[in-house]
Amino acid sequence: MIIHSTAIPLPIHNIDTDQIIPAAFLKQVDKKGYGKNLFYNWRYIENHDPNPDFILNKPDRKSAEILITGNNFGCGSSREHAAWAIADYGIKAVISTQFADIFKGNAYNNGILPIVLEEKAVAALTQTTVENANVMIEIDLKKQSVNCEAIQLHEKFDIHPFKKHCLIEGVDETQYLINMRDEIKAFEKSTYKAA
Amino acid sequence: MAKTQFDKIWDRHIVKSVSDGLDVLFIDQHFIHEVTSPQAFDGLRKKGIEVLMPHRCVATADHNVPTKNQSEPIKDPLSAKQVASLIENCEAFGIELFGMGHENQGIVHIIGPDLGYTQPGMTIVCGDSHTSTHGAFGTIAFGIGTSQVEQVLASQSLILSRPRTMKIEVNGKLGMATSAKDVILYIISQLGTEGATGYFVEYSGEVFQNMSMEERMTVCNMSIEMGARGGLIGIDQTTIDYVKERKQISQHTIDEWLSLNSDNEASFDKVIELKGSDIYPMVTTGTAPDTGVRLNEKIGKAGHLSEKALSYMQFEADAAVADQQVDYVFIGSCTNGRIEDLRAVAKLIEGKKKATNVNVWVVPGSMKVRSQAIEENLDQVFLNAGFEFREPGCSACLAMNEDKIPAGSLCVSTSNRNFEGRQGPGARTVLASPLTAAASAIAGKITDPTVLFNEAMNTSEKQIAEPLDTRS
Repeated sequence: MIIHSTAIPLPIHNIDTDQIIPAAFLKQVDKKGYGKNLFYNWRYIENHDPNPDFILNKPDRKSAEILITGNNFGCGSSREHAAWAIADYGIKAVISTQFADIFKGNAYNNGILPIVLEEKAVAALTQTTVENANVMIEIDLKKQSVNCEAIQLHEKFDIHPFKKHCLIEGVDETQYLINMRDEIKAFEKSTYKAA
Repeated sequence: MAKTQFDKIWDRHIVKSVSDGLDVLFIDQHFIHEVTSPQAFDGLRKKGIEVLMPHRCVATADHNVPTKNQSEPIKDPLSAKQVASLIENCEAFGIELFGMGHENQGIVHIIGPDLGYTQPGMTIVCGDSHTSTHGAFGTIAFGIGTSQVEQVLASQSLILSRPRTMKIEVNGKLGMATSAKDVILYIISQLGTEGATGYFVEYSGEVFQNMSMEERMTVCNMSIEMGARGGLIGIDQTTIDYVKERKQISQHTIDEWLSLNSDNEASFDKVIELKGSDIYPMVTTGTAPDTGVRLNEKIGKAGHLSEKALSYMQFEADAAVADQQVDYVFIGSCTNGRIEDLRAVAKLIEGKKKATNVNVWVVPGSMKVRSQAIEENLDQVFLNAGFEFREPGCSACLAMNEDKIPAGSLCVSTSNRNFEGRQGPGARTVLASPLTAAASAIAGKITDPTVLFNEAMNTSEKQIAEPLDTRS
């Protein structure tokens, strides 16, 4: 899995899931169509008009598949709608110095790569992509690398081998657990037989 | 080897270790609500499988329900559809549901413990980040996403990496009129919103030992607001008494629970020590829960306060936090919507009227809490004060229903998040304890509850009634 794309820098710390997708948009019973409401309160002004100052609305950022954010991205609510909105919008990887735990899990479960880099690297990527919307970034999951030729940045990122395996081989964790149903039933029986 | 309570509970629930610190963990109790479950049930339908252990699941409608005229159909068609889906799904998959109108309906983290589902030593999950609430009972309880809700429905298990452990120890005496909410707001202000990311917290020390179960739930509830996976508290007589009032428990079970407490020599990956005597009533000033200040301080004294947050809140850094004009007061939520919260508010404001510039909503956390409040005539105290006494639900905590704070209005709220737009687009949220919220409702501005608290204490002593708070 290689992502080769321009990026959207959003250098704000502690972007919570209420900002990613406000509660008003959690009322659907399916997983589709959340992308249009991604960052709703920042992205639109009155009457649903796009906020021209918000970076997602800039024409030269429309096709970007990488989001670069401030620290502690995705804090707050457990709503997976945040990951659905990001994926539906077309973002394939988010780069930050830290992610909230639940969001990170939700991202993996929707094929979004949450990539943690050192502060210096995130700052450099932010600066270059703020200055130039055409700067390309390459993320190689197999090599666990982030490369940005424009600033000669070559970084490695961590990912749990099991998560990496699931993403590359398309292994569904749910199916993995379903295959264990008999074992899990036996576990319940043996653990709680006395109770 | 000495072990922490967290590690003891985790180890007992490992079905299998996958690789490199990833475990398949058995989940004892799964709580379900209408917002984060429809897609999970759909997933089961697509795969053509049943819920593996429906007896370990229980559902309620809370996030989306109106808090007025609940007996009438829900007006918002999307909310109505979500609640209808929950009913359909629970019927189709054989899951017990406490839906609207049911005497057990209420906010999932209020009813779970109150109905006796939450038991010490359990692993507990729900598609809601405030599942950490149940940690008050010495459980591993945490919020999950909808894919994981599907996994638990399908297999009663999750694939998880073990978080690191952190002990937060608070000893000493709390300040006057200082409640559990102030304790957790203080802790979060010290650690920051990401200070406990990657950790599971154990709260220890006399401040927590002296708390009731409901107060402990308030503390554990907000563990997620500093990034913690969850937070738990050791099991003691207070825990056992609460559980025993709701369920028959054998001495053998009690002994087993007590054996789960952290060993004296257990080591944690991180230890934080704080002093109870440093904690006083607090309110937040910014747009994240770590921006608390004492009520006699200036707004700018808050840590973690950005220019962006100040500007959103329309606050000046050198202004006093007390005296800021209040438009709304919201008393409720899974943080502070329990009967003890309503009792504390009622005792503080009895015989007083709200300020004319303030709208006050009291939203009980469950039908049971509501009935109890009515039985104790608390509803009359609220109505006489000019407060609205609503029907149960999550309400203005996240404003998914019609309970929204208008843009620009300032709301003193007993809930858990003051994020931009959380209580409605443009709403300005100040997090506080029920006592501070009540005192602010009476004064019409952000107000330290200490003066009213002393008055209420004196009155109750004269009437030989129960004191409001025995710790002070």
